[in-house]
Amino acid sequence: MDIKVVSMFLLVVLITLLITFYASRKTNNASSFYTAGGGLKGWQNGFAIAGDFMSASSFLGLIGAIALVGYDGFFLMYGALISYLVVLLLVAEPLRNLGKYTLADMIAERFNSKKIRGVTAFNALTISVFYMLAQLVAAGALFKLLLDINYEVSVILVGLVMLTFVIFGGMTATSWVQITKAFLLLGGTFFIFILVMSKFDFNFIRIFEEMKTATPLSGAYLDPGAKYTNGLDAISLTLGLILGTAGLPHVLSRFLTVPDAKVARKSVVYSIWIIGLFYVMVIFLGFAAARFVGADTIMAANPAGNMAAPLLAEMLGGDTLFAIISAVAFATILAVVAGIVVTGATAFSHDFYNEILKDGKASEAQQVRMARIASIGITIISIFIALFVQNMNVAFLASLALTVAASSNLPVILFTVYWKRFNITGAITGILVGLIGTMALVAVSPNIWNPVPGAALFVGEPLFPLTSPGILSIPLGFLGAYLGTILSSKKEHTGNFQEILVKSNTGSDVKGVNHH
Amino acid sequence: MELHEKTTAKYHSLDYEKICASSEFQELLAAKKKFIIFTTVFFLGFALLLPVFAFYSNWLTKPFYGSISWAWLFAFAQFVMTWIICGLYVKKAAVFDEMAAQVLSQAREGRS
Repeated sequence: MDIKVVSMFLLVVLITLLITFYASRKTNNASSFYTAGGGLKGWQNGFAIAGDFMSASSFLGLIGAIALVGYDGFFLMYGALISYLVVLLLVAEPLRNLGKYTLADMIAERFNSKKIRGVTAFNALTISVFYMLAQLVAAGALFKLLLDINYEVSVILVGLVMLTFVIFGGMTATSWVQITKAFLLLGGTFFIFILVMSKFDFNFIRIFEEMKTATPLSGAYLDPGAKYTNGLDAISLTLGLILGTAGLPHVLSRFLTVPDAKVARKSVVYSIWIIGLFYVMVIFLGFAAARFVGADTIMAANPAGNMAAPLLAEMLGGDTLFAIISAVAFATILAVVAGIVVTGATAFSHDFYNEILKDGKASEAQQVRMARIASIGITIISIFIALFVQNMNVAFLASLALTVAASSNLPVILFTVYWKRFNITGAITGILVGLIGTMALVAVSPNIWNPVPGAALFVGEPLFPLTSPGILSIPLGFLGAYLGTILSSKKEHTGNFQEILVKSNTGSDVKGVNHH
Repeated sequence: MELHEKTTAKYHSLDYEKICASSEFQELLAAKKKFIIFTTVFFLGFALLLPVFAFYSNWLTKPFYGSISWAWLFAFAQFVMTWIICGLYVKKAAVFDEMAAQVLSQAREGRS
């Protein structure tokens, strides 16, 4: 165990505890636990959104992917940036104008139905657990590499630190940990970027020239096709990335932490610039890792390439920079996991406990207590599952969560706000078809089935040829919502469409904002 | 500090049907629809053309300048496209905000 790495990790823990201490004094009612009282400023929420997205899998995974497979690594990232245009143009503002604490609030604003609230909240919890699994598995692998402690201990450790600030500081602490981490991650990335560029004499043409011969792939490194051989798979992956973000519960809940739609819009604009600039730097960091660290060394440390960024830092700035970048990666995992847990706990406490069980009459204190219990519950369940799936590919788990989000939540969000004829049956069939359809396609995909023994969970020919099911499952979700609506009784309640049309477009009734 | 619920009569008595029927509100919806549908179709198309060209044609591997191929130019164009649409929307949204404010103030005046 490296003393520098350990002390940097302790520093990260100390900073999060300090933030928690200040935030806990403000966490005195349900609204502040769920959504930081709706009081974040545009730039703050923008950094927090960007922070939610710059997860360990994007920082470590993408740099590794670019380093090992070159151009094909780009397919894993750019769809995610473009997904924020979907969020900006179609989802963020209606969500802020209609929702209170959760996505289910927004749907229930049109259809006053407990059934729909329950289904939406259940789906939010499912997606959150999948997304959290991806982060926990990544955390376990990272700790094993950096601190040389075993997977089980690492996952439990991350869970405990994260729970401390979620329980005491709720969404306020989570947001500030996220903002702080976004600054650290951007700063660290920018510093390495400058070091890397100076090694190339700031000559962009030369970088591409050198990359042609720098890797075992030689010329093919800079062309598409080194990883993906099936074009349909690449298109399907891109589609899932573009449409997935707008359905991720923990990203959606970020738009309920601001006071109005204008601030929600501003925060997406901030995050689009931050994520875009971050990704541009990530491309060149990936190049530099391939050029200066070398594919062999990167693969030896971790076959998936996850150690490319820390190894590059070590090569450029010795063990101090290595320790700093590793600690930033640790902070990233903590912050992202916390955001997911708060969102899941809110869905449980607000939707299931308060709205469904208590008819919206639970006291503030009861709700905060239930949210804390739910946080602990979700963490324990996720840690428990994470202990069994440690050999699953992290990117696969994360993309599964994204595809479920795109196939189940997005159709219902869009139809609720934009389709007059939409009804309760359509909303329920949309979510269920999207959720179950995605799961079923994954269950018969090459992720689970491979004719070569040991390459996947089961031995055999996959029934569905693509690793990313988005291209089929997303249309299925929309179709489910459409058919459910069209085929159900014409007399069925279509909700107060006119009312939500006005509210969604004018912001005449924004809920869940604390006024001091 | 208390949770401010806008349940006051002022907000609840908004006549949503009347607002929906008003020409100002319909204009707002039409303006939004026009911009958002066109832009969304454009950026989805622009983004999905990258893997389509990459896997079903050869021209992306041809050099654009020195060792930089068209594939990389198209890749960086995705970033530029995203930032431009983001900027365009912010400008448009300021107009939508004003139209929305007008709709609301008229609805509230008309009632009193």
